[in-house]
Amino acid sequence: MKRRTMEASLADHSPRLIRSIERRIFFKQGLSLGALAMLSGCNLTDDESVQTLLNGMSRWNDGVQGRLFSRTKLAPEFPESAITKPFPFNAFYGEDEITLVDGTDYRMEVGGMVRERKAWTLPELYALPQTSQVTRHICVEGWSAIGKWSGVRFSEFLSRIGADTTAKYVGFKCADDYYTSIDMPTALHPQTLLTFRYADEILPPKYGFPMKLRIPTKLGFKNPKHIMEMFVTNEYPGGYWEDQGYNWFSGS
Amino acid sequence: MEAVQQTPAEWTKIHPLVVRVTHWINALAILVMVASGWRIYNAAPLFPFRIPSELTLGGWLGGALQWHFAAMWLLVLNGLAYLAWGIASGHFRRKFLPVTPRALLRDVREALRGRLAHEDLSVYNAAQRAAYLAIILCGIVLVLSGLAIWKPVQFQEIAALMGDYEGARFVHFAAMALLVFLVLIHILMVILVPRTFPTMITGRLRRTS
Repeated sequence: MKRRTMEASLADHSPRLIRSIERRIFFKQGLSLGALAMLSGCNLTDDESVQTLLNGMSRWNDGVQGRLFSRTKLAPEFPESAITKPFPFNAFYGEDEITLVDGTDYRMEVGGMVRERKAWTLPELYALPQTSQVTRHICVEGWSAIGKWSGVRFSEFLSRIGADTTAKYVGFKCADDYYTSIDMPTALHPQTLLTFRYADEILPPKYGFPMKLRIPTKLGFKNPKHIMEMFVTNEYPGGYWEDQGYNWFSGS
Repeated sequence: MEAVQQTPAEWTKIHPLVVRVTHWINALAILVMVASGWRIYNAAPLFPFRIPSELTLGGWLGGALQWHFAAMWLLVLNGLAYLAWGIASGHFRRKFLPVTPRALLRDVREALRGRLAHEDLSVYNAAQRAAYLAIILCGIVLVLSGLAIWKPVQFQEIAALMGDYEGARFVHFAAMALLVFLVLIHILMVILVPRTFPTMITGRLRRTS
C-alpha cells in the first residue's frame, strides 16, 4: 500500500526531480554498502588487490623501520626487581606441545655467507664471553613482560664465524619447525644476544632450550627459540608468521 | 575572510576546499584506524571486555595490523597538511578562537536543552569550537602514543612521557575512546541539523532569509 501512494505522489513531480532523487538514493545506498563492506572485516582484507596493496605498504614500512633503526640506541634496561613473574610462555602451539631438544648431541649448524661453517656444541657455546640483560619483551599481540636473559653478544658470535656482515639477512631454523629472519643491522646491535640462560638458569624448554636469540629491539615473534641452524644470506628468507602477514621488520 | 564571501545566487561559502578534502580523507582514515585498532585491542585486551568482531577490520591480528600501519600514513600526512594549512592560513585562529569555559558551559547547557543556536553555519559556537579542538588534540595524542607503542625503543623519549610502553597503551586507548565519543556526538549533531551535511561536500549554503 505504501508503495502505491509513493508512486502516485511521484507522478505529480517532474521526471528531472525524480531522477535527482533516485540519484541521491542510489548514492546513499552505495555509501552504506561501502561502509558495510568496510566493517565486515575479513572479506575486504581477503580481496586480492586490497591484499596486494596492504603487503606493499608492509614492505614500505620495513624500509621506513630500517631507516629509523639506530645501531647505538639501546632498549631500556630494568632492575631485576622489575622482572615479570611468572614470565609468560608463548608460541604458535600450546604449552603441552613444547619441543624437547637433547642437549648432549646438540649441534647448531652455521651456513651461508660465513667463513667457518662449523657446527657448535653447547659446551663450546657456553664457553663464549657471556653478558646479561633485563629488558622488556613486547609481543605483537600488545602485551609485554620483563625478563632476564644471558648469553653471548650475537655480533661477537658473527665475527667468530667470519660472517659477511655486508649481507642483508640472518635466517634461523628451529627445532619446533619455526623459522624467522632478521636484518643485519639488528643482528649486529649490542643488545642482540644469543642466550642460553633465563633468570640465571639454563633455558628451560618452555623458554627455548638450548638457545633463544634475544632481540630487545624487535617484537617477541622475531626472537627465535630452539635454534638448530642459522645462515647468512642476501636472499629474503621470510618467516613462519611473516609469511602469513606479520610485518617482517617488526622493530621496536 | 572566506566566511562571508558571497556568490551571486545567495550562496554563502562555509567550508574551504582544503577543509572539505582533509575532512573526508580524515573520516576514512579514522574509520580504518579505529576498526583495525579494535581488532588489535582484542588480541590482548587492556580491560575485561572485547570489541565485537563484527565492528572490527582485518579479520585477524595480522590483517588488522596491516590495515593499521597502512592507514596511519593517510592519517598522519592528511593531518599534517590540515594542521599546517590551518595554522598558516589563520583558519584555526578565525574559526576556533576564542573559546572560553563560560561560553562552552553555556552552549553545552543550551545544546542539552535542544536550543543551541545554529542560524549562522559559518560561525562555530563555543561547544563546536571546543569539540573540534579536542578532536585535533586527540589526533595528536593518538599519533604520539601510537609512535611510542610502535617504536618503544627508537622513540623511547615519547614512551617515557607516558609511563613507558605499557603507559602508552593506556594513553592510546583513552585518546581513542574520547575521539570516538566526540565523533559520535558530531554525527548526532549532523543528524539533528541535517543542512550542515551537504555543506561539508559542496562548501556552500543557500541563505535562508
